[in-house]
Amino acid sequence: MDNFEFLEDDFAFVGENHESKKEIAPPVTPFFKDFMRRLGKNKGACIGGILIVIIILIAIIAPMVSSYDYAEMNTAIQSTSPNAQHLFGTDRYGRDLFTRVWQGTRISLFVAASAVIIDIIFGMTYGLISGYFGGKVDTVMQRVQEIINSIPSLVILTLLLVIMKASLFTIIIALMLTGWIGMSRITRAQVLKVKEEEYVLASKTLGAGHFFIIFKNILPNIFGQLIIMSMFSIPNAIFYEAFLAFLGLGIPTPQASLGSLINDGFKSILITPYMVIIPVIVLAILMLSFNLFADGLRDAFDPTMKEM
Amino acid sequence: MNQQPILEVKNLKQHFKINRKFTVKAVDGISFQIMPGQTYGLVGESGSGKSTTGRSIIRLYNPTDGEVIFNGKDISGKMTKDELKLLRTKMQMIFQDPMACLNPRKKVIDIIAEGIDIHHEFKTQEERNQKVYDILELVGLSKEHATRYPHQFSGGQRQRIGIARTLIMNPDLIIADEAISALDVSIQAQVVNLMKKIQKETNTAFLFIAHDLSMVKYISDHIGVLHLGHLVETGTTEEIFNNPIHPYTKSLLSAIPSPNPKVEKTRVSLSYDYATSGIDYELGSQHHISGSHYVLATEKELEEWKNTE
Amino acid sequence: MADRERILKIRDLNISFTTDHGKINAIRGVNLDLYKGETIAIVGESGSGKSVTTKAVMGILASNGTIDSGVIEYSWNDENTGEHKTVDIAQLSEKDLQKEIRGRKIAMVFQDPMTSLNPTMTIGKQVMEPMIYHYGKSKEEAYKKTLELLELVGITDAEKRMKNYPHQLSGGMRQRVVIAIALSCDPYVLICDEPTTALDVTIQAKILELIQDIQKKKNLSVIYITHDLGVVAKVADYVNVMYAGKIVETGLIDEVYYDPRHPYTWGLLSAMPDLDTDDDELYTIPGTPPNLAYRVDGDAFAPRNQFALNIDLRVEPPMFDVPGSSTHKVASWLMHPNAPDVKMPEALKNRIEKMKKEGE
Repeated sequence: MDNFEFLEDDFAFVGENHESKKEIAPPVTPFFKDFMRRLGKNKGACIGGILIVIIILIAIIAPMVSSYDYAEMNTAIQSTSPNAQHLFGTDRYGRDLFTRVWQGTRISLFVAASAVIIDIIFGMTYGLISGYFGGKVDTVMQRVQEIINSIPSLVILTLLLVIMKASLFTIIIALMLTGWIGMSRITRAQVLKVKEEEYVLASKTLGAGHFFIIFKNILPNIFGQLIIMSMFSIPNAIFYEAFLAFLGLGIPTPQASLGSLINDGFKSILITPYMVIIPVIVLAILMLSFNLFADGLRDAFDPTMKEM
Repeated sequence: MNQQPILEVKNLKQHFKINRKFTVKAVDGISFQIMPGQTYGLVGESGSGKSTTGRSIIRLYNPTDGEVIFNGKDISGKMTKDELKLLRTKMQMIFQDPMACLNPRKKVIDIIAEGIDIHHEFKTQEERNQKVYDILELVGLSKEHATRYPHQFSGGQRQRIGIARTLIMNPDLIIADEAISALDVSIQAQVVNLMKKIQKETNTAFLFIAHDLSMVKYISDHIGVLHLGHLVETGTTEEIFNNPIHPYTKSLLSAIPSPNPKVEKTRVSLSYDYATSGIDYELGSQHHISGSHYVLATEKELEEWKNTE
Repeated sequence: MADRERILKIRDLNISFTTDHGKINAIRGVNLDLYKGETIAIVGESGSGKSVTTKAVMGILASNGTIDSGVIEYSWNDENTGEHKTVDIAQLSEKDLQKEIRGRKIAMVFQDPMTSLNPTMTIGKQVMEPMIYHYGKSKEEAYKKTLELLELVGITDAEKRMKNYPHQLSGGMRQRVVIAIALSCDPYVLICDEPTTALDVTIQAKILELIQDIQKKKNLSVIYITHDLGVVAKVADYVNVMYAGKIVETGLIDEVYYDPRHPYTWGLLSAMPDLDTDDDELYTIPGTPPNLAYRVDGDAFAPRNQFALNIDLRVEPPMFDVPGSSTHKVASWLMHPNAPDVKMPEALKNRIEKMKKEGE
C-alpha cells in the first residue's frame, strides 16, 4: 500500500446522485429460459427428447410412404427375413412388418397421449378438489379412490371385455378407470402443501373466492410439476397396452400394436426371431426415451440444486 | 377521547379440536381494543397464541366464541355480504415470511393489484396500473419493479411488496404477524420506518404481533402480553415498561437483550415457569391498576406481586 | 495476556461457490484469530458469509463450494506427547477431517435444535454415539459420561431424560441436548451458529449463560455466529463485523461497541432500537447487500454508504489500525489520513454516551 498512487479526488465524497447509489434489483434470467437451459445441459433428456421426436416422425411418415398396407396379406412372401423390399421382413401371412411396426408405434403413441390427457383431466381435477376442500369431502373422495385402486386393473379390463369388444377404445376406457389414481394422489399432496402457503392465506384475507385461489394461486405453482409427473405415466401406459396385447386382450387383427406384434412373433421365436426382436427394440427405445425425458424434465424443474 | 375503537375484541376464544378427547385452547378468552391510527403490540413467546389471535380476527379461522367488532360491526360469526366485503377490504394482513408470502408465479404488479382485481375497484386497465405504481412509490420501490417476479427481490423488498398489497385497499387496520422477525436488523429498521410513515399519512391502525420487545416498544402505543392464550397484562407502552406487575411480563422485560456490553455482561434475566409458579390463569380476573393498565390475577396474587417491588 | 495460546489462525481465506449463475465469491479474504479460552463473535446479515467461514473451519462446505486460497491453521498440544502441533484444515483430506477435527477438536451447535437432532433416536443414544464412534469408549463409560454431560447442561432427571425422544422435550431442552452432544468428545473449540435464534427470548439468555458457564469450566474457545447484537454484547470478547464476505471491523467488544469506526457498524448499532429509542425514525442503512455473483469493484459497501468516497468505487480498502489500539482494525478509506473527517451520527453518539454511563 505504501507506493500506491492516489488520484486527486479520491478522498472526496461520492454524493447522493452517483449511479452506484441507486437501488437495483438484480436481473435474473426468467424461469422458463433457465429451465430450458438446464434441460439442454441434461444429456439423457436431450437424447430422450430427440429419440421421441424421431420415433413420432417415423411413426407418422413410414406407414404413409410405404408401398405396402399394414393389413395387406401376400401368401407368396410368408415369413421372409428382412431384406431390401421388406426392411423388417414379413410375418406369416406375408404382411410387411416395417409398416406394421410403425403402425403399431402409432397405437402406442396414441395410448401415451390419452394417458397424459386422462391424467390431467381426471387425476388432477380429482386431487385438486379433494386436497383443496379437505375435511369431509376429502375423506369421502379418498375412500372412493382407495376402493377403485384396490381392484386390479386386469380384472376391470376383463369385466369390461364382457360388455365391450376388444378394441383400442376399450383399452383407453380401462386406462381411464384406473390410470388417474397416481396423479390424483400427487396433485392432492401438492395442493395440501401449497394451500397453507402464506400467499394463499394472503389471497383469502383479500376476499378471493375458491375459483380465484385455485386457478390464480394454487394451480400455476403446481402445474409444472404435475405435467412432469404425468410424463412418467406415459411409459407405464405404453407398457400396459403392450402387455394387454401380448395377453391377447388388445386390439383385434388385422390392426397391429407393438404388443400384439410381439405376441404374434413369440409363437415362432425360434424360427423367425426378427419378428419379436424388432418390435421389442422399438418398444424398449420408446419407453426408455420417455423415461429419460421425464427424468430430465424433473431435474431441470426442481431448482433445489441451485442453492449454495 | 370518546372516539370509537376501530377494533374491539371481546372474550375471543379459539379452540382447536385435535380429537374427541383433546382440544387445544390456543386463545382462551382475550379482550382488547385498538383506536384508529394507533398501534397495538401483541407480544408473547411461540405457542402463546398471538398468531392465532391475528388469524381469528381476520377470519382465517372461525372463532370458537367471543365477539370481534370491526368498524362497529360484529365479524366473528356469520357475516352479511357487506360485512364480509368490509372485512376483506378494510382489514389487511402482512405475513411473516417474505419468501412465502408472495406468489412466485405472479408478477409484482399482479400481486399488488390482487385486492382491487378481486373487488373490481377500477374502471380501466390504466387506472389499475396507476394505482399500483403509486403504491410502489409509497413503499419505496419504483415503477420498473412492477413487471418483475418476487424471486428477483431481497427479503426486505419483498416485505415491502407485501405491505403494498395491503395498502392498495386503503385499510383501516393492518395486522402485522411477525412481519419483521425474518428480516435482518438493518432491513427491519427500514420496514418499521415504512410502517410508521404509512401510519402517519393514512391514519391506519396496526395490530403488531411480535416477540421482539424492543421493536414492539418502539412502535406500539398499547401493549398486550399474551401467554398460553391469556392476556396476562395490558396497558400503554409506558405503563407496561415502567410498572410491570405480572411475573411473566417481568421475565419478558428482563430478557430483552441490550446492545450495551457493560450492561449485558452482568444482566441476569428472571425466569418464569408457569407449571411451577402455582399460578392458574383460569382463576384470575382482570384487575385495574391505573389508566388503561390491567393485570390478569387473583386478589391474592396481585397483592403479592405488588409487594415484591 | 502475554501467554495467550492461539488455537485457530485463518489467513486470507477465499471461498467461492459454483452455481448455475456462475461463480459466487462468498468469502473474500478473511483473517481471524482465536485464542484459548476466549470468545469471538462474527456479526453480519444473512449472506454476509459468516456461516460459510465456520463451515470451512469444520470442513463441511456444501459440495459446490471450494476454498480457493488461504490457510485455516489449527494448533493444539498433543495429549500424550505434549508436543505442539499445527495442521492446515484447508489441506486436510475428508478422512482426516472426520477422524481428527470434527467433533474431537471443533464441535458445532446449530441454529435449530429440532432439525439437528435425529427424531427417531433417544437423546441418550444421540449423546453416546459420537463418544463410542470417536473414542471407542465402552457403552458403560459412554453412559456415565452422558449422564455427567446432561447434568452439566442443566437437564434435571438426566437418567430418565436419556430415554426421551427429541419431540418430547421443549425447544430450550433440545438445545441443551445439542450442546451436550457437541461437548461429548471434549472439543477445544465450540462453534455456535445462531444458537438462540430459534428459541424464545426468555430461554435465549439461559442458553447463553449455560454456554458461558461451560466455557469457563472447560476452558473452551467459542465462536459465535449471529446477527443479534444483544447476544454479542453478552458473550463476546472480540467482535468481527462481516459484510459481503469480508471482515470490515474487528476489535475488542468495547472498542467496537463504544467506538465504532465503520459506517456499516454505525448502521448496525443504530438500527437496533434500545428501550429508550423514541426518535421519529430509526436510522437505517439504505439499500440491500450486494449480489456476490458479480465482481465487486472497490468497497462492496460503497453503494449503501452515505459517506462513500470516490476511491471506494475504485479500490478495496485495506485494514487500517485504529490509532491507539493494537486490536481494533477497520476496513474503510475513511480511516486514511487524507480522508475527510467523518463523525458517527449524532444520535448514535448520544446513545453510546448514555450506554457508557449506564455501564458504570
